[in-house]
Amino acid sequence: MNAATDGIREERFLQSASARRLLSRPELGSVVGAVAVFVVFALAADGFLRASSLSTVLYASSTIGIMAVPVALLMIGGEFDLSAGVLVTSSALISSMTSYQLTANVWVGVGVSLLATLAVGAFNGFLLTRTRLPSFIVTLGTFLMLTGMNLGFTKLIDGTVSTKTIADMEGFPAAHAVFASTLTVGGVDVKVTILWWLALVAVASWILLRTRAGNWILAVGGNADAARAVGVPVARTRVALYMGVALGAWISGQHLLFSYDVVQSGEGVGNELIYIIAAVIGGCLITGGHGSAVGSAVGALLFGMTSKGIVFAEWNPDWFKFFLGAMLLLATLLNHWVRKRAEAAK
Amino acid sequence: MTLVELTGVSKHYGSVRALDGVSLEVHAGEITCVLGDNGAGKSTLIKIIAGLHQHDGGVLRLDGEETRLSSPREALDRGIATVHQDLAVVPLMPVWRNFFLGSEPRKGAGPFKRLDVDFMRRTTRAELLRLGIDLRDVDQPIGTLSGGERQCVAIARAVYFGAKVLILDEPTAALGVKQSGMVLKYVAAARDEGLGVVLITHNPHHAYLVGDRFVLLKRGTTVGHHTRDRITLEELTHQMAGGSELEALSHELGGRDRG
Repeated sequence: MNAATDGIREERFLQSASARRLLSRPELGSVVGAVAVFVVFALAADGFLRASSLSTVLYASSTIGIMAVPVALLMIGGEFDLSAGVLVTSSALISSMTSYQLTANVWVGVGVSLLATLAVGAFNGFLLTRTRLPSFIVTLGTFLMLTGMNLGFTKLIDGTVSTKTIADMEGFPAAHAVFASTLTVGGVDVKVTILWWLALVAVASWILLRTRAGNWILAVGGNADAARAVGVPVARTRVALYMGVALGAWISGQHLLFSYDVVQSGEGVGNELIYIIAAVIGGCLITGGHGSAVGSAVGALLFGMTSKGIVFAEWNPDWFKFFLGAMLLLATLLNHWVRKRAEAAK
Repeated sequence: MTLVELTGVSKHYGSVRALDGVSLEVHAGEITCVLGDNGAGKSTLIKIIAGLHQHDGGVLRLDGEETRLSSPREALDRGIATVHQDLAVVPLMPVWRNFFLGSEPRKGAGPFKRLDVDFMRRTTRAELLRLGIDLRDVDQPIGTLSGGERQCVAIARAVYFGAKVLILDEPTAALGVKQSGMVLKYVAAARDEGLGVVLITHNPHHAYLVGDRFVLLKRGTTVGHHTRDRITLEELTHQMAGGSELEALSHELGGRDRG
C-alpha cells in the first residue's frame, strides 16, 4: 500500500519535473506563437504552403536570423547593441569601397571589412567595459556615428549615396556564391543565407549550452558581481559578445553587397530593433541571464512568416508593424507567465 | 591541528581602532564561533582571515607559518573559503551551473572542448547529498531554492573545491528557526568532513549548538575566550547580551521581572 502510493507520488513528481523543464525552455512561447501564425496563414493565404513560398519565407527569416543569433547571445549576456543595424551597412560599404578604390580582388575588400567590422564590435565592448556607461547609451552613440559615417564617406568617395558596382571585378562570382547564391534542392530554390543562419544557430547553441564561455555568458547576464567573485572574466566576455554581433554584421553585410553588387549607404537604420524583437520574442530576457539561440531563430521565423504571409494573403501590408508589435507583447507576456509558473512550481 | 591562529591581532582604519589584540584559533574538525554585537569587529576579523584586509599589528599563522594574506585569491589558494552574508549566486542559472561557475570541468580537445555536463550534474548532486541535502533536481534555477538551501550549496561548493578553512558570515541571520537549524546541520557536516569552521554570529543559542570554541568580541577587543567545556549556554548568553549592562538596563526599565 505504502510502496504503491510512493510509486505514484514518485511518478507524479517525475511528470511535474519534466513538465517544468519543458515550461522553462526559453523558446516555448515563440514556438507556440510560430505554430499559430503558420496555421493562420496556411488557412488565409492561397499558396502559402507551396514550396516556393516557404522558401521565400525562409529567406526573409534568414536575413533577420543571422543577426538575431549574436544579438540574442549579447542580450543573454545582459547588454544591447543599437548599432547592429547600421553596422551591417558599414560592413558592406567598407568591403565594396576597399575593392573598388584599390581595384583589387573583391576578397581583399571582404577581408578588410571583416577586420574593420570586428574592430567596431571590440570598440563597443571596450567603451562599455571601460566607461561602465549603460550599453543603451554607448551603442546609441556608435549607432549615430556609424549612420553619419556611412553617408558621409560614401558621398565623399563616390559622390552619391550609393557605391559603384563591383559586379565586373575579379573574385565577384566566387564571393557571390559564398554570400548570396541560390541553391536548388529537389526543385526548390534555397538561398545560401539559410545555411549560414542554421550554422550560426547550431554554433551559438553549442557555445551557450555546452561550453565554459556559455556558462560565463549566462552568469555575466544573470549576476555580473557574483560571476566576478568566482573568477569569471566579465569584461572579456562582454567584449567577445560585441565582436560576435560584429561577425554577424559582416556576414549580413557581405550578403547585402553581393546580392545587389551596389550598397545604399542609408540602409540598415531600424533593423537593430528588429533583431532585438526577434531575440525577445524568442524568449531572451531583456535584463539578461536567460534565453536561447534557437528561440531567436523562431523569432526571426515569425518575422519572416508574418512579413511574407501578409503579402501572400493579399492583406494590406501597412498592418505588418501592428502585428509585429502585438506579437512582441504577447510573446513577452507569455514568456513572463511561463517563467513565473516554472519557478513557482517547486 | 591548528589551521589558523591569530595572536594579538590589531587593525586600524585611520584613527579608528577596529580590532585590538584579538586572538583566535581554528582547528581542523572544530567550529570556532565568533560572537559579538554589531560593530564589535566581527567583519574586520573575517576580512583579515579572508585576505580582504591586512592586519597592522600581531601575528597571523596558517598551519603554524607566520603570514600575511594579500588578496582573497591568495586566501582561496591557501584553502580558506568564505561564504559571505549577501551570498553571491546567479539566480536564473541551474544549481549545477552555479556550483561549478568559474571552475568548470571540461573534456574533449580543440573546438570540441566542452563542459563535462554529466560529471557536473552528478557531482553537484553527490556533493550536496554528502552534506545531507537531497536536491531532487539539480537543473532547477538556484533562485528557486530557499535561503538556507543556498547557504548549503555554498558550503558544499567550498568543501568540494578543497577548502580547509570555512568562514561563514552570519549564515543564519536572515533565516527562520527551521532554516537556521538546517544550515547549522550542514555546518556540523562540514566540520565532520575535517574542515576548520569559523562561524560568525550574534546568536549565542546557534553558536552553542555547534561550537567548540567561543570568542566574544566587544568594541574591537576580546572580552571572552572559552572552550565548550568551560562555559554553559547561560553564561555565554549572559556575556553576549552585555552582562552587567543588561542588568543596569533592566533596573532602569523598572525591574519588572524582579517584582
